[in-house]
Amino acid sequence: MIYQGKQKIWSDYQKDIPDDHWFYARSCIRQNFFPASEKYFLEITKGLLGKDICDNEHHTTCGGIAYHSDTIPQETAMTIVARQFAIMTECGYENLVVSCITSFGNYNETIETWREFPELEAKIRENLWKACRREFKIPKYVAHASDLIYKFRNEIAAKAVNRLVDRNTGEPLRVVEHIGCHYSKMFPHKGFGGAEYPCVLSGMVESWGGRVIDYPERRHCCGYGFRQYHVKANRGYCVSNTYKKFESMEPFHPDMIITNCPGCPYFLDRWQYVISEQTGKTYGQNGYGIPVLTYEELAGLMLGYDPWDLGLQTHQVAVEPLLDKIGVKYDPAAKYLGVNKEDIMRPELPQFLKCH
Amino acid sequence: MRPNVVIIGGGIAGMEAAKQLLYLGYSPILIEKTARLGGHVADWYRLFPDMTPASEVIENLKKDIQNANVFLETGVQFINRLRDTYNVMLTNGVSINCHAILFATGYDLFDARKKEEYGYGVYNHVVTNRDLELWFGGNKDVRIPERPKSVGFVHCVGSRDMKAGNMQCSKVCCMTAIKQAIEIKEKFPESEVYCFYMDLRLFGKKYEDFYISAQRDHGVHFIRGRVSEVGENIDGTLQVKAEDTLNGKPLKVSLDMLVLMAGMLCGEKTRELADGVRMDVDTDGFFKSRDNIYNVTESSRNGIFFAGACTGTKTVPETVSEARAAVLSIHNYLQQK
Repeated sequence: MIYQGKQKIWSDYQKDIPDDHWFYARSCIRQNFFPASEKYFLEITKGLLGKDICDNEHHTTCGGIAYHSDTIPQETAMTIVARQFAIMTECGYENLVVSCITSFGNYNETIETWREFPELEAKIRENLWKACRREFKIPKYVAHASDLIYKFRNEIAAKAVNRLVDRNTGEPLRVVEHIGCHYSKMFPHKGFGGAEYPCVLSGMVESWGGRVIDYPERRHCCGYGFRQYHVKANRGYCVSNTYKKFESMEPFHPDMIITNCPGCPYFLDRWQYVISEQTGKTYGQNGYGIPVLTYEELAGLMLGYDPWDLGLQTHQVAVEPLLDKIGVKYDPAAKYLGVNKEDIMRPELPQFLKCH
Repeated sequence: MRPNVVIIGGGIAGMEAAKQLLYLGYSPILIEKTARLGGHVADWYRLFPDMTPASEVIENLKKDIQNANVFLETGVQFINRLRDTYNVMLTNGVSINCHAILFATGYDLFDARKKEEYGYGVYNHVVTNRDLELWFGGNKDVRIPERPKSVGFVHCVGSRDMKAGNMQCSKVCCMTAIKQAIEIKEKFPESEVYCFYMDLRLFGKKYEDFYISAQRDHGVHFIRGRVSEVGENIDGTLQVKAEDTLNGKPLKVSLDMLVLMAGMLCGEKTRELADGVRMDVDTDGFFKSRDNIYNVTESSRNGIFFAGACTGTKTVPETVSEARAAVLSIHNYLQQK
């Protein structure tokens, strides 16, 4: 691997994103999959870094899953997007920061389509007005939430209490980064680092002390793929793609995986259980899996937030081996205590995949 | 005194034109931006179809143009049109008044780094057709393994590629890939060699023979399909994903080395120079001839002529023939004045 070659590509795909004043578009599924990720995005950007981020309860799903599953027409999806823009406009913001990769792709695709076909934009404006009497301005800037964490990665590193370093050996942890397909495969110039060697997550990992693993199937889809997973008969194809990725990364012995998409961390995490049940194979050390974290969860760990407040107990793969390597302090007894110390119950243990 | 003729570009087109102009009694002035003559051909080791050493071609041409005025490491700052002549200002401060200018500026090799998915400049064992020729010619290259067990050739890198902004066929890459595949098999008979192609454009003399020989005598595998992406395995070998469109299946293969057949582009700097004298550029990005059938070597400007790959992709024999034709056009033009 020629590192300078990648740096050259990274320098070609940089974007100058605004420093402050963002309207936050949440994800419809991330809050269920990773319940604390969005909370801690706001905690870090608003609370810790003092940024102005508007979190408004009136926006809805972007319609991306339905659009990509061919269950709603593009004009409907665009009208939903237009409504999100209208709420942003009403709140007095011009910069949109998006939690979900699918939404990020969806917003960019909509804006680019309108740029190419202004008559379609006029039609959507009319649709929106007829439907809910709203008007909107197109955002001046659309960023993915991981772009903001990437932008502030060094500030986060400066405030961090933990680093991505094995406390026993002093070696950087080996980290696999997995970028959601719709981050830059649709519009390479919209993502840090372009489509082939995106650096939005690897930049965080390196700033926080870890070492990024480059493995052959790095750019392969996580396996989710709307038309795979959402059609039940196709789920075998979905898991086989994830299996392909794990087989490819296995020789590099990764300590963890970091992701920036709603679907990828979910499937990379949950399918490890399915693969272990189907084949008896696990990919972590000593029968464990490879922990899969969102970038907000990892940023939270670096900043010293409690792993159970970050929602890491909702993962299928046990995170304790990773916490022990980094040296994160945690209370094993508090793992399944939710808000107000309420017992959230324990999951059934898998047959092969070792869990705490 | 015979009128001056300025030739811009010291590749084989410019050298052959200088040679022919000398034969006709003119005083050609050859301008070459690099430190040596021969252009891209000087980087090549052997030329198809007879595996002629490229150095032999260049050295013979050099001998033939010993009496020409040659400026090496010299560019053209600007060209001014005067009443019946042109004033060519060189970067070394010399100003030349001439009656005719021959553009023999050739082509630029496509920068293979732009096809990021192939990993040129990122992965250790990805090289271009030019890199391989230089290595055949004796240059050291750490990217080329000592004894490769498997080698892939990717055709049409930056050619016939809308995303790369280069729609035309580079014409020589198919044949070059087959030639280089055979040369690899001759050096490493135990290796497996794969050519990933869209379709094979083997139009020239003996090209088809090469293709048949590559399969029959050397066992080169030809796979019809594009490479989608390249990755690096833990042992440093390359994982190449492609589609085999004849089998209708995707395929994945580990290779020790990948050779990218970088295509031809009209040089960016050549175009800037051409802007100064308002020369037209054709839809393929190369210079526009007066017409593409009968007056390929003439521009739409009186006294400005073309030879070689500045008007489109060409083989070496085509380039040499065109240089001769251009000289005849110049001669006729000057005779009429």
